[in-house]
Order: sequence, then C-alpha cells, then structure tokens
Amino acid sequence: MTNEEQALVQVRNLKKYFPIYQGAILQRHVGDIKAVDGVSFEIYPGETLGLVGESGCGKTTTGRTILQLYEPTDGQIVFEGVDLTTLKENDLRRLRSHMQMIFQDPYASLNPRMTVGSIISAPLEVHKIARGKEKRERVDELLELVGLNPEFVNRYPHEFSGGQRQRIGIARALALSPDLIICDEPISSLDVSIQAQVVNLLEDLQEQLGLTYLFIAHDLSMVRHISDRMAVMYLGKIVELADRDEIYLHPLHPYTQALMSAVPVPDPDISETRQRIILEGDIPSPANPPFGCNFNTRCPVAREICFQEEPAYREIKSKHWTACHFAEDFL
Amino acid sequence: MAVLLDLKDLITRFYTEDGVVHAVNGISYKMDDGETLGVVGESGCGKSVHALSIMRLIQSPPGKIESGEVIFHGHDLLKMSDNEMRSIRGAQIAMVFQDPMTSLNPVYTVGFQISEALMLHQDMDKKEAYKRSGELLTMVGIPEAKQRLDDYPHQFSGGMRQRAMIAMALSCHPSLLIADEPTTALDVTIQAQIVELVKRLQSELGMAVMWITHDLGIIAEIAKKINVMYAGYIVERGNVRDIYKRTRHPYTLGLLGSLPRLDEAPGTKLVSIPGLPPDLVDLPKGCPFAARCTYRIDKCLEEMPPLVPSDGLDHVVACWRWEEIAGRDR
Repeated sequence: MTNEEQALVQVRNLKKYFPIYQGAILQRHVGDIKAVDGVSFEIYPGETLGLVGESGCGKTTTGRTILQLYEPTDGQIVFEGVDLTTLKENDLRRLRSHMQMIFQDPYASLNPRMTVGSIISAPLEVHKIARGKEKRERVDELLELVGLNPEFVNRYPHEFSGGQRQRIGIARALALSPDLIICDEPISSLDVSIQAQVVNLLEDLQEQLGLTYLFIAHDLSMVRHISDRMAVMYLGKIVELADRDEIYLHPLHPYTQALMSAVPVPDPDISETRQRIILEGDIPSPANPPFGCNFNTRCPVAREICFQEEPAYREIKSKHWTACHFAEDFL
Repeated sequence: MAVLLDLKDLITRFYTEDGVVHAVNGISYKMDDGETLGVVGESGCGKSVHALSIMRLIQSPPGKIESGEVIFHGHDLLKMSDNEMRSIRGAQIAMVFQDPMTSLNPVYTVGFQISEALMLHQDMDKKEAYKRSGELLTMVGIPEAKQRLDDYPHQFSGGMRQRAMIAMALSCHPSLLIADEPTTALDVTIQAQIVELVKRLQSELGMAVMWITHDLGIIAEIAKKINVMYAGYIVERGNVRDIYKRTRHPYTLGLLGSLPRLDEAPGTKLVSIPGLPPDLVDLPKGCPFAARCTYRIDKCLEEMPPLVPSDGLDHVVACWRWEEIAGRDR
C-alpha cells in the first residue's frame, strides 16, 4: 500500500469510554471503562487491515465505533472525506450503505424468524435500492456469489450449518455493494476446515469486487494470513502497526513479540526449537489501566520511565508505527 | 513402559428424538504411563464423548456406552460398580474442562472446592486439606495463593480459574489427566502460560496427559502421540512427526492445509476441505470422509477402511489410498 493514496477511512485519536455508574437510585458516575483510548490509523482502498489483540483489548469496540454503532467519546472518523462523527442521522444512514459489518456469531446475527431471502434483501429494502423481480434477482446473485444454492432463499437460518450461516451474513453485507466491510471475528466460531472455506471466500470476494476489509480477530496467524497490514491492540491502544511481513519479521513492541511467540505453530520441528516469551500475569482491567505505559505490568523489559510516562505512538521507521520507549533497541 | 489405558472397540451412542447419534464408532488404542496423547478433531468428531466415556460421565439416557472395554491399570472401568468408579474418578483419572467459567461452582470458595476432593479421596481433615489446597494453588502459579483460598471463582480471571481447575485435578496425584480443550476459552498469551504449566507439572509429577483440542498448533507443542478423529472414528494415529511430516490420511492433510501459519509466505492460499462433516444420525456407508475427500474412489463409498499400519506399527491410518498419499511426503 502506498501512502500517497487517499485513505478510505481515517481514524484519528478515537476514544470510546463506557461509563461506570454506582448507586441504586442516585446513579453516580464513578469511572470509565476505557475500551478504546486514543487510536489512530488509516485504511486504504482495496487493502485488508488486520486488527489483532486479546479479549477486552478494544478491537471490536473500535470496529463498531467506526460504523457509528457506538457514539465515540472523542476523536474523528473520516470516511471518503466525510467526518462521520459530525453527521446527522439521515446523512449517516445514507453513508452507512457504503460500509457493512460481518459479525462473529452466525447464530445470533441472523433473525431466526426470517427466511434467507428476506435477511439478504432487507438492506435493499431499507435503502430502497431494489424491489420485486429485481430484488429477487439480486438475492439469487448474492447467494451464488457466496457459494450457496439460490434455491435456499425460502429456508430459515436454523437449516444451515455455522459456515453456511456465515456465508449468509456475508451475502447480506454485500447486498449494498459496500466499499468497506468490517469483519468482526468472522471465523472464530467455526471449525478449522470451515474457517479456511470462509477465509478463501472473503479473499476471492475482495479480488472480484475490490472490497476493503477491516479484519478483526484474535487469531494472529489468520490475521497475518489475510491482511496486508496489521495493527496490534492492547488495553484500548494500538501498540504496533506495520506491513504483515514487517511486523512478523521485525516486531518492535515487546507485546507484539510475546504475542507472536505465544502462537502455536503446527510444526513439531519449529515448536521444539523456538524460544517462547511467556508473559506473566493477566491483562489489567480497562477501567483502571496502569499508569505510564499500559503494558508495564507484564512487560519483560519495562524500566523506570515506563511507569512514569506514556510512550508516544510514532513512526519509528517507514510505515512502521509503535508505542514503546525502547523500540529503537529492537531495531 | 507399562500400559496405563487400553481402549478396545469403544462404541458410544445417544438415543435422541431425532434418531440415534453415532458419536463414537469403535475406537481402540493404548496409552502408556506418563505419555502425552493429543486427540484432535473438529466439533462433533467424538473426541470429548470418548473421553467422557472413559470417565463414565455419559448421561444415560440419552447416552449409552454400547460396547467395548476401557482397561485402566488392568481393570475394565466399564465393568466397575458406581462406587468403585467414584474412587477412580478424581483420584486416579482427573479431568479439566473447556470452560473455566462454568466448571467451578460460583457459590463456594475456590479453597473449599479444592479441599473437597482431598477430604473425599485422601481422608484429610479440613485444616490439612486447606493447607494442601494452598500449596496446590502455589504449584499452579497463583500468586499469594494462601490469601486467595477464600476467594470465590468470580474473583479469579479466566486463566486463574483454569489454573485452579488444574490444581483441583492434580490434588490427588492422578495417573491420567484428561484435559478437554483446556485453553480454548483463553487468550493466546494465557494459553501459552497454561501449556507451559501442564508441561512442567507433567515432568514433575510423571502423570499421563490426554490433551483434547481442535488446535493442531497446540498439539504440536505438547503431544508425543496423536489421534486424529473424524465422525467418531480414529482415522489416523501416530507420533507427532508421523502426523505432521508423514501425513497419511486425506482428512489430516486437509486439516493441516486449512491452517494459516504465522511463518507462511505471502500469497499462500489456504487449502480448505470442501463440504461439511456428515450427520452423525445418518452416517454414510463406507468411509465417513468420502463425501469431502479428493482421493475418493468407489470402494470408499462402500466399505470403511480399517486402521492399518503404514510406515511403522505405531503409525496407523484408515484410508484405502494411504500409500498414494505417502508418495507426496513433505
């Protein structure tokens, strides 16, 4: 990806806090869950940006806030040149047809009382794009596109397997020919052999339709497989962002290094010889993140400054961003 | 090494309203003392049901262990009385489950739940058992363990709960620990902690471990022997290197091809297995994998291939065409 290109999405200093209230009647605002705490990145047309991190790191909240499914606490989301955070509801709805989402749980994200046909055609109706015969043809076309038999239109979601349901979810997301699709853990509830089917489908569709993906997942090898660039999140912040090979070959943040080494490799020769960095302890609560660098409680190389000062998120070499005081040491 | 567990032709079925679910369809294998066995397969392949059958934890009805023998330390567990079985379960064979959130009782303290097994199986009094529980929690790496004995499960994080479960499972020095997807609900850095923990404890305590998972990555790290299961059958079994480097069954090949590797080259395409696993209520005649298999011949649709030795007695495979697959070793 080139920097000269115009970004499709620009996220600037995005924050999403969920307030914590206490008290039964008089609710007092006692604190915030800082789910997303100041992230900035760009997504370029036609690329796949992978967003990876452990549970509770804010990756899903980031995805949902980009679509304005959550109202951001602070920051800007510029999509095709328009700042979404300033838009009125109607304008926003119109723009939403350009960005769609594929959800994690194919069992919860499809209405069990609607047929496949009505699920996939719902977006067409909401946005008044197609009716009658035209609509039915579009649904058939979409079903075929995701590898399902168009004869399935009158069936209900429970008649399908997990992988097939996820295909229905993908068809629904494609109905409005969006530019951006946010894939939120689209394969993590599927079996291994089915995961590969869905990932291959997503890759084929991207090639055919020129889609742009934000691919959110916790499975590092899968994210690396599908992404052009990867961002690693920890406790609401992006700790590192770079090209897929760069970040794998030269991870500069100690968290990325530990995460990479924790991923099991399906090859006994490699798992026998390689050195693993085992992180101590658990992820701190995003309601009360550590002072200074938020990774300092688990970091194997933390020094004094890490407990006093938050490291700046900076471009340490061309197109490689990280937030660590000592990133230069790993260069 | 002495044989610890000898499974002979185990068949487990569930009689449901929709028909008979053929969950485990005759599996046989042996496990030695101190061995680490990985059982790998996708959901519904019978890997958990076969482990629950060994523990005799199949709810009946609807489930029923139809036939077979589970010889453990020379005795057939399936022939034991309920009382005898109770003295084995938890004491000699212990199990760790997938979901640490639901496998601990939320209304009892962690300390109480660990000491329960000690009082039951080891005749300890309450005070002794509590002291031992504290030591066990320390052993599994929970900091300030003594102070945390009076905590309730919700005060523990997911990784700590799984550690507590392991402490509980190990409390009576079992000779076999069955770990059923113990890290699936955990984050990858926490998963790495648990894998290291189990490896360390195994070398310290010398127990055998059966690690059940769908993740071929973890298995490569922990197991010495591997059973690959599909639709209630063992389709391939061998040493770690046999399975990964000298793969003989098309299903195993497909599983390995479906996995993205962290160290893969750019532009690598995943080789997915087409189609879906068969319905266990209505198993096809012949090989259950035939419908999805690229090596299928007419014989596969007619007759289930037996498990036969391939390049060594320890490496067995159930495929009519394994020799052709052997021709393309990596």
